[in-house]
Amino acid sequence: MTHRHERTLRVGSLARVEGEGAMHVRLDAGGRVREARLEIYEPPRFFEAFLAGRAYTEAPDITARVCGICPVAYQMSACLAMEDACGVTVGGQLAELRRLLYCGEWIESHALHVHLLHAPDFLGYASGIDMAREHRADVERGLEIKKTGNALMALVGGRAIHPVNVRVGGFHRVPSRSELARFAPELRRALELALETVIWVAGFDFPAAEAKHRLLAVAQGDRYPIDGGQGIATDAGYGFRTADFEDYVFEHQVPHSTALHAELADGSTYLTGPLARYSLHSAKLTRHAAAAARAAGLDAECRNPFRSIIVRAVETVYAIEEALRIIDAYEPPERPWVAVPPRAGRGHGVTEAPRGLLYHRYDIAADGTITQARIVPPTAQNQAAIEAELCELLEAHQGLGDAELTDLCERAIRNHDPCISCSAHFLELHLERS
Amino acid sequence: MTGKPRLAVFKFASCDGCQLTLLDCEDELLALADTLEIAHFTEATRTSLPGPYDLALVEGSITTPEDAERIERVRADSRFLVVLGACATAGGIQALRNFGDVRGFTETVYARPDYISTLEHSTAIADHVPVDFELRGCPIDRGQLLEVITAYLAGRKPRIPDRSVCYECKARGVVCVSVADGTPCLGPVTHAGCGAICPAFRRGCFGCFGPAREPNTPALVRLLREQGEAPEHIARVFRTFNAASPAFRAAAESVDDPDREVRS
Repeated sequence: MTHRHERTLRVGSLARVEGEGAMHVRLDAGGRVREARLEIYEPPRFFEAFLAGRAYTEAPDITARVCGICPVAYQMSACLAMEDACGVTVGGQLAELRRLLYCGEWIESHALHVHLLHAPDFLGYASGIDMAREHRADVERGLEIKKTGNALMALVGGRAIHPVNVRVGGFHRVPSRSELARFAPELRRALELALETVIWVAGFDFPAAEAKHRLLAVAQGDRYPIDGGQGIATDAGYGFRTADFEDYVFEHQVPHSTALHAELADGSTYLTGPLARYSLHSAKLTRHAAAAARAAGLDAECRNPFRSIIVRAVETVYAIEEALRIIDAYEPPERPWVAVPPRAGRGHGVTEAPRGLLYHRYDIAADGTITQARIVPPTAQNQAAIEAELCELLEAHQGLGDAELTDLCERAIRNHDPCISCSAHFLELHLERS
Repeated sequence: MTGKPRLAVFKFASCDGCQLTLLDCEDELLALADTLEIAHFTEATRTSLPGPYDLALVEGSITTPEDAERIERVRADSRFLVVLGACATAGGIQALRNFGDVRGFTETVYARPDYISTLEHSTAIADHVPVDFELRGCPIDRGQLLEVITAYLAGRKPRIPDRSVCYECKARGVVCVSVADGTPCLGPVTHAGCGAICPAFRRGCFGCFGPAREPNTPALVRLLREQGEAPEHIARVFRTFNAASPAFRAAAESVDDPDREVRS
């Protein structure tokens, strides 16, 4: 490669991610990265401001609109936070139904990302639709798994995007035992398909990489975390209460992004999402998911971001098994919801969106009016970690030409299934070399 | 160039849910891709071909000076422009800013509001450029999206009923939650398309498809009052995902101003 001066790589708008963003990278003559920025230019949407003055019961419907790909995550974190503020715990079959709805979202979102957004990177296609010309059966399998996830969301939540059936305290209407039982055969078929997907993605070529960030994931007792839990687990071994989230995680604004950056108190970056969940909780996977993970060559921990596609495939298997378990044990609760009378106070809620931990905090007045809202979405938390990964990749692969290097950076970002609408609530690559 | 009609999908301020609806057409997606050339669809493909496009689907509302310019270019590049969802047809949830002080909102969310460039109002696409068809919903309905695309391919008008959610309740055989349970419901004034899901789940319609044609909102406001709803709550139910649509905006304002309600 000839000696070069300034080198700039720029991706105009990052594809196969949800929302709008760009990437800007600058290398100096020595090949050192001077700058690696994710520029989130998704227009700010001001949800936290809109929530002030609304009723506490409105938060699940309003915050769902932050994200069309993971609306259930927003609804569930909002419900948990409101119930926490009001001193009510929703347990039993209502909590199980919430987990069932959330399984639908995991199945749908993971199947979409694995087959249509992420796999084309490994097989060299511009899109899942282009990939379908030579890998039609794989894409069709992905679409069928995704359809099952959407159907489960519609069954429990009314519709797949922005479900209508969720309310603080539970649901508007709960399904009958037979309505759920009728859906089990579709899930059993999806389980077979999801196991095939794990084998398929395990055969891809994975660039060497190691995420050295801290890992954070919800702790949900002896269960793999999805719909809430007792607090947050970290790879450093310490855990903290959900209510203490803002004492451990600090957000600050950076000029190049409409999404806020998050870091831990010591200034370290951290990662949430599949790698964090798997590395902290792989011992809690169900039988088929655990066996599939082993067969795919995963150890108890997985820190290679490129292999996150395997973890997502394994988590899809898990979500389907969980859905089947919940349906099998389901007994309709006497009432679709428990009463959550408002009281003045502060509540916190944290759940695992498919792309990572989602924290909500609300202050409400005695009559239930929201006085302050705080939403910390997964992609905003992962943004600093993604930028750090870009720096490492750029320095390790600086011999590559601009096109290849740009391609690799774009892949590195996509490994994290960023959800930009959420975080600005992502991606154009601008690479400058000097 | 493939000779197939060229499809482009564009996003403005939104949650991505309406364009995701296209990817949610699991049974039809690959057939659609055989029929149309996907020239630009950032959420689905790295391929981005320049216009002109035959069919453009536009999601999201206009909230920044840059986007107000970008929509002009999209319009110039597109033969047939269809806008998708509450954001694109009525400003969306972002339009709640239209009723407040956007500087104050920026200061609420951002420590350095000066880094943020945004417009005072969130506006519908039709406020900026001529639009060929508007598909309602927050989110849009998958079946309706397929009908619009099919109609485009067949060269006919989309068959999208312009009536209220009440018709869909009756067609579905759902018991009226307002009459039977006294549950406040926006169904009579809300555009059909969802299939009356909320009443089917025993909750009142909350208007996510926006106003039906010629909605009798004064009558509904009176009914909501009779059902014991507080005025500020009635105003809020019209101020959600279609807050800036003229009919819902007027309904919310009429609650603040009872004289006006009598006059209308």
